[in-house]
Amino acid sequence: MIEFHLDARSGVAPYLQLIHQVRQALRLGLLRQGDQLPTVKDVVGRLAINPNTVLKAYKRLEYEGLVAARPGIGTFVTSSLTDGSLGALGPLRRDLQRWLGKARRTGLDDESIEALFLNTFRSGSEEVEDIA
Amino acid sequence: MIWLTWRQSRVQTLVVAGALAILAVILAITGPQLVHLYDTTVATCHAHHDCQIAINAFTSRDGALQNITSFLIQVVPGLLGVFWGTPLIARELEARTHRLAWTQTVTRGRWLAVKLGLTALASMAAAGLLTLMVTWWSSPFDRIMNSPLDPGVFSERGIAPIGYAAFAFALGVTAGLLIRRTVPAMAVTVAVFAGVQAAFGLWLRAHLIAPIRAVSPLIMGQMTGVGITTPGNHLSVSVTPNLPGAWIYSSQVTTATGSTNLGTAPQACFHNLPHLCNGAISRLHLLQIVTYQPASRYWAFQWYETAIYVALALALAGFCFSWARRSVS
Amino acid sequence: MTSAVLRAQGLGKRYRRRWALSECTLDIPAGRVVGLVGPNGAGKTTLLHLATGLLQPTRGTIEVLGGRPAAGPAQLARVGFVAQDTPTYAGMTVDDHLRLGARLNPGWDAAMARDRIERLGLDPRQRAGKLSGGERAQLALTLAIAKKPELLILDEPLASLDPLARREFLQGLMEATVDQGLSVVLSSHLVADLERVCDYLIVLVASRVQVAGEVEQLLATHHLLTGPRRDLATLPAGQQVISASHTDRQTTLTVRVGTPILDPAWTVSPVGLEDLVLAYMSRTTKADRKPLLEVQR
Repeated sequence: MIEFHLDARSGVAPYLQLIHQVRQALRLGLLRQGDQLPTVKDVVGRLAINPNTVLKAYKRLEYEGLVAARPGIGTFVTSSLTDGSLGALGPLRRDLQRWLGKARRTGLDDESIEALFLNTFRSGSEEVEDIA
Repeated sequence: MIWLTWRQSRVQTLVVAGALAILAVILAITGPQLVHLYDTTVATCHAHHDCQIAINAFTSRDGALQNITSFLIQVVPGLLGVFWGTPLIARELEARTHRLAWTQTVTRGRWLAVKLGLTALASMAAAGLLTLMVTWWSSPFDRIMNSPLDPGVFSERGIAPIGYAAFAFALGVTAGLLIRRTVPAMAVTVAVFAGVQAAFGLWLRAHLIAPIRAVSPLIMGQMTGVGITTPGNHLSVSVTPNLPGAWIYSSQVTTATGSTNLGTAPQACFHNLPHLCNGAISRLHLLQIVTYQPASRYWAFQWYETAIYVALALALAGFCFSWARRSVS
Repeated sequence: MTSAVLRAQGLGKRYRRRWALSECTLDIPAGRVVGLVGPNGAGKTTLLHLATGLLQPTRGTIEVLGGRPAAGPAQLARVGFVAQDTPTYAGMTVDDHLRLGARLNPGWDAAMARDRIERLGLDPRQRAGKLSGGERAQLALTLAIAKKPELLILDEPLASLDPLARREFLQGLMEATVDQGLSVVLSSHLVADLERVCDYLIVLVASRVQVAGEVEQLLATHHLLTGPRRDLATLPAGQQVISASHTDRQTTLTVRVGTPILDPAWTVSPVGLEDLVLAYMSRTTKADRKPLLEVQR
């Protein structure tokens, strides 16, 4: 069972944050087919947000075919977003941690690291398209 | 709602009940002693020719307790009204707990009906019990005194204190409702209650039933004093009518034509010659006019007075109920 | 469930000479968590007291769940109320309060009330006067919820609570909303409190309703425009300016529009809920304070 968190200052609507976190969990394999999502009551009891927000997020996920609601029981995951590359996640994570360590040792602060990453990431995706 | 009324008035009810119980014990112990003493001294005093001494000795027995019971009976009905009545609504408004009490599944009317009704009954019961105890205990003394209708005693016996308690209570609740602050409402309640009590004692009670006006020739045996006024040398005669237990408004001596000016005193009375003076007075054919209430009207007065006080209490309660249908906050 | 939880038409309340609330017209749908925002003295408490029947209107009408407030026991049972400063009887224990609830409310759910008190860790034998602010608020909330109302009204319940107590209170409130299908009307003078939980908003300033509607709709139709300094009279007709500020070079407007803004001179950005409320609260002239014509549905 995953646990949601809410960033009130991010400017992203709460229901979108919930959707995003479910997708993230699916990608990382934290949520697998057949797993139950937290009940509306549980989410609302932890985050103190409007139940309609949670319902909206779950409905949207259901519309996208990722989950299905079983009345009286709960909402369950029906498909996954992984593409079989779960196995590669471990080594990739370790590589990333090493890179982060290096960046910090050269004296970069968090903001600079983030800017560097995003810049490279964005221009990189364009390049990848060219290459591919 | 009954439970809530009890829970909110638990402490005050137990305190009063406890005080009454203690008083009951004290009176129960001393009461029979008084009766015994009465039976042995005063009841037989005529035979022993020592009535005045016996009576004096008896009436000074348990003097402190007499004062205490008299004080309690005078004060308790009013106090119950002040301390049980004024906080009934005023404390809810002051503490603003009415915002909790009046948003439960009980209408304001029902809330008031139960709280007011139960507490009114409790205060009337307390006053009634107290009066019963004191009346029972004081009965030997009451046999000696002049009249049960005597203003000093009438308001401390019978059922009148129950009426007083009901009225003081309703007055307290109304004052609390209008003034919304407990302490000022208490002050107002005490003032108004004292005013009404005074009005009754000094004036109203005397007018409840038309007194008997007895006109009769002056009875020489009832004359208690003959005098000569200065200036003017007019005759003045005072008389004490033989009406045991009656509440005498006035007893006057007038001429045969009804004038209170008895004219110049007879010569015989100037020179301190009682027999001749009395003879001269009897030849004047004076009248004595006594305005009084006989002792037999005691219970009529009690019922009338209680009824009026209870009617006042009901009128005030009615006012409070019409308020309960409107808004507050 | 009825279709409207609260309907007011030209509602007004006057105390001696001052109008605490005037010309209030609302139509609040059921199933929402409604936030009532406004500065102190704006009339929020007056409106809520009119809705619970603690006050009678001077003018206009108000209907709650289709009935007149406090009209009788049936109506009283459907509405739960937590007043400002969460009043409790200081001399009575937590247990006494639960018994009060049980005796005065036929619809009382004793098991739920007991369970909730236990979960919150309140000592049933503790006197209400000795409880902390947060504990008293939770007790008052329990009393209001356990009578199983359809509508729950709360008057500034978070005002005197520390951040943890606030979060716990809202958590409990939201859980109850899910459990019982409650509609909630919640007032506050802080928007941040309400942003998390409300999906319908009413802004009350100077005893009048400034704006009322679904939060999503409000956020979609209000925008922040920044651009070169400009006279307001030159704006196109469909835009309603809520607040405006000028420097010598720049004009910043908060507007409410039905159609997209096409003028390229403006930089259009979304307005956060707090800024939206502040824009309405900062309208200072009398003309600006007149109520808006339509009520958002």
